[in-house]
This record gives sequence, C-alpha cells and structure tokens, in this order.
Amino acid sequence: MLLGLPLLALVWRAIGKDFFSYALSATALSALKLSLLTSIASVLIAIVTGTPMAYILARWKFRGKNALELLIDLPVVLPPSVAGLALLIAFGRTGVFGAWLNAIGISLPFTTAAVVMAQTFVSAPLFVGAAREGFAAVDEQIEEAAIVEGANEWQIFRFIMLPLAGRAFLAGLILTWARALGEFGATILFAGNLEGRTQTMPLAIYLGFESSLGIAIALSVMLMAVSIVLLGLMRRLERRSEVDTHPE
Amino acid sequence: MKRFWIFFLAVALLLSSCGRAATATPVPTTVSPTETPLPATETPVPPTATPGPRTLTVFAAASLTDSFKEIGKAFEAANPSVTVAFNFAGTQALVTQLTQGAAADVFVSANQTYMDKMVTAALVMQGTPKDFVTNVLEVIMPANNPAKLQTLQDLAKPGLKLVLEDKSVPAGAYSLTILDNLSKDAGYGADFKTKVLANVVSNETDVKQVVAKVQLGEADAGIVYVTDAIAAPTLKTIVIPTKFNVIAKYPIAALVHATQPDLAAAFVAYVLSADGQATMKKWGFTPVTP
Repeated sequence: MLLGLPLLALVWRAIGKDFFSYALSATALSALKLSLLTSIASVLIAIVTGTPMAYILARWKFRGKNALELLIDLPVVLPPSVAGLALLIAFGRTGVFGAWLNAIGISLPFTTAAVVMAQTFVSAPLFVGAAREGFAAVDEQIEEAAIVEGANEWQIFRFIMLPLAGRAFLAGLILTWARALGEFGATILFAGNLEGRTQTMPLAIYLGFESSLGIAIALSVMLMAVSIVLLGLMRRLERRSEVDTHPE
Repeated sequence: MKRFWIFFLAVALLLSSCGRAATATPVPTTVSPTETPLPATETPVPPTATPGPRTLTVFAAASLTDSFKEIGKAFEAANPSVTVAFNFAGTQALVTQLTQGAAADVFVSANQTYMDKMVTAALVMQGTPKDFVTNVLEVIMPANNPAKLQTLQDLAKPGLKLVLEDKSVPAGAYSLTILDNLSKDAGYGADFKTKVLANVVSNETDVKQVVAKVQLGEADAGIVYVTDAIAAPTLKTIVIPTKFNVIAKYPIAALVHATQPDLAAAFVAYVLSADGQATMKKWGFTPVTP
C-alpha cells in the first residue's frame, strides 16, 4: 500500500496537467538527455572495470580478499550524501587527490565527468556484486572439462563464463543503470547543479518541484516509467534463470 | 535465492533513490525531528502555564539558521516544557512542503513573494505577516581567495567559478536583481550580467549550500546574505554598494492551521520583541522595529 499509493498519486496528478508541454520543455529534455548520457557512461565504466574485478573475486583466493570485497560493497550501503562528500574531499579542488589533479589543470567538481564519477561510485558495486555471483555460480566441472579439452583462460572466459553468467550480468547491468539514473545526493554535492551540464533528472525534479511543480511531476513520471520497465525486465530475467538452473 | 536478493535490492534502491530525489536535502540543513504535538483537547492557555510538553514547529528560511537557533533556545528558556523544532531550508522548499500539506506553526520567509503565495493559498491569514528584519547581500570568497577577486568587476572575469542559489531561492532571485542593477550602470556595462552568469558553475538549493561550497574552496565566489558571511567569518567578502544592492525583507507569520496557535503567536511576538530583535541584530540583520 505504502509503495503503491505515492506512485499512483504521481500519475494521477500528472494526467491532463499539460503533461506533454512540461515533459518536452527545454529543462526537462536537457535533464533527460544528460541523465541518459551519464547513466549509460557509468554503466559502461562499471562493465569495463567491474567484470575483471568480479572474475577475480569469484575465482581467486588471496589475502585481503575480504577487505577488498567490503570496500567494493561499501558504496551500496553508504548514504549518497556521504558518498558525495567523500568524493568532494578526495577529488575537490583542495582535495586529497584533487589538489594534484588541479595542479595539472584537471578540475573535476561541477563537470559532467563529475556526474559520471558520482553515479559510477554508487552503482558500479552493484554490477560487481551481481557479476561476481554469476561467475561463482558457473559449475567448476564445466570449467575443468574445458581445461581438459585444451581451452586457455581467455577461451574459458569467452565461451563458458560469459554465456553462463550472462543472465546475472544482465540483471546486474539493469540494477546498475537504475541506480545511476536515480542518483541524487552524491551528484548535487560533488557535481553541483547546472542545467545542461550537471542537472540530471533527479536534480531537475528536486529544484523543479519548487519552481515548477509541473516539470517535476512530468520528470518523475518519466523516471518512474523507466524504472517500471527496468524492473519488469529484471523479473523476467530472474524467472528465466531460475528455470535454467533448475532444469529438473 | 540470490536472484531474489538482487531483485529486492533493486526495488529498495530505486524507491529510496527516487524518494531521496524528491524529499532529501543534500547537506543536512538542520531538521529537528518534529514530534507529534499533543491533541488539542486542552483550551489554549498562555505559554507560561502549559500543562505538558509541547512542540512548536517553525519553518524558516535557511539564512535564519544561526540567529533563529539562538532565538529558539531563548524561547524555550522562557517557556519551560516547550520545545522549538526548526526546519531550515530554502524558502522555496518550505513553501512547497507547506502547500503540499506539511504541518507547522510558524513560517518565516526570506522574501515577500513567497509569503504572498502562502496568503493566496490561505495558509496564512491576510494581514498577519509582519516584516521583522531586513538583510542585504554581498559577494563571498574562500579565505585564500584563489581567483584573486578584488572588486565586483572581477565577477565577470572569464574562467571564474561562481556559485549562486537557484533562481527559485529568494537569494538567487535577489542576486539576479543585483546583477541587473549593475548592468544598468555605465561602469559595468550592459553585458555584465551575461558575463557573470556565464561563470556560474552550480545553482544551489539554499544559501548555506553556497556558503559550504565556497568554504570548501570548490567555488571561487558566491553571492549570499551579509548575515551568512558573518556566520562564516573565515570567508573574504566584497561589499555590494547600497545603490546596487537589494533590501531583503523577511516576513514572519503564524500559520492558519497551526496546532499550537497560542505558542505560534507568542513566538512571533518574541521575535518582534526587543530581545528577539537584539538577537537578530547580533547576527547582522537590520531590525525593522528599532
């Protein structure tokens, strides 16, 4: 009930209130474009850096592995404003690492890159977690059989691990994308809020809801629609993978 | 089982991150927990004779954070068993919350426009708002002034990182008016405002966010109230001459649907009293009742 009513109320309010003129306004479109661009970039970074990390965590044993896993999982439970503050203190102009970057002319806060950084920071761990599960679930016997047949590490990864872990990957990807799309606290702290450069949909909703409730509602409904589609996809993947792993 | 865990986490995250987008303030502008007031079964009695613990909820503009906290403590001391709970945020955020049904007893705005909105929405009775202080704005810079700003002209320096409040925030609207005023002056040029606005890197949700970004050294400059600069003494400042500046009037009013109407009236009276005005003056505001 608690979950459903606010969402229903949102849609109810949105209907008929010049919905399309708000949804297609310059502010809304700019926020939508920025959100899509940055969230997709974040997801790509998560895949590229997260897949090897997930493979290592799933397959290897080494000292400090638990600490590494904890570090990677931390941003998932960290409150976004804490994440934002941490990013600012690390990469801000006077930050721990930011000061060096500033010396070579790179300033991260208030840039679109900062938006991607904030989103990646909070969402990539979700992908790593899901991919790790996927890799770990692959039956070792299949892998061993492949080694016996003469497959090398890359071939095992490409032809056995990836296909079998594929569903978990997709689920993780969707989760990561959803989280990146919804990111607010870390973004507004680290990247700031400027239309066209750093104002993603959640930021536009927060500020719009004070100056133009119509735009905020339209954007909220759009985000909600995207979320519903993503969740639906995830559920279908989840059901299909359950069928796969329980063939009897 | 693992897939279910992922699914559950997805739902929780989506709802929580969407929820945060709509309601959370990024850097905690102090929101004291609002306790549910006692049901109004007792007839209103003068505050000095309250039977049980009561909470007065005050929604005040972010620029009043320091001064009103002090006023709140004084009010609590004068009225034992009364707790004052504040919600400090950009006035625009407060108005949205109140018009959408948030419960409060007193509303203090940083400009006339938002108080008028509240009167139009019938949340404040017409004729009850009282201006109790005025404020002016100035430019602030970090202690080490990284962009080496000396005069107002320097705000148009290319490459400057300027942080302003969003135009929906009273201070943001005042800043834009000031830039308009400057652009009308021959000494600054008609394109001064355009040049300055080109330097804006972020539009924050209230004055305290701007202060924070400048204090952290992330921004080279910001435009806030002089009272915010007084509350953050390490900041460097550039005065905005009176002829360009805006006089921000702060109205205060008890809300029509206040659950503690007598306390609300008493609080407003205290703010307007000599003691209340002295506190405001201490924090840099200009009292209206001398």
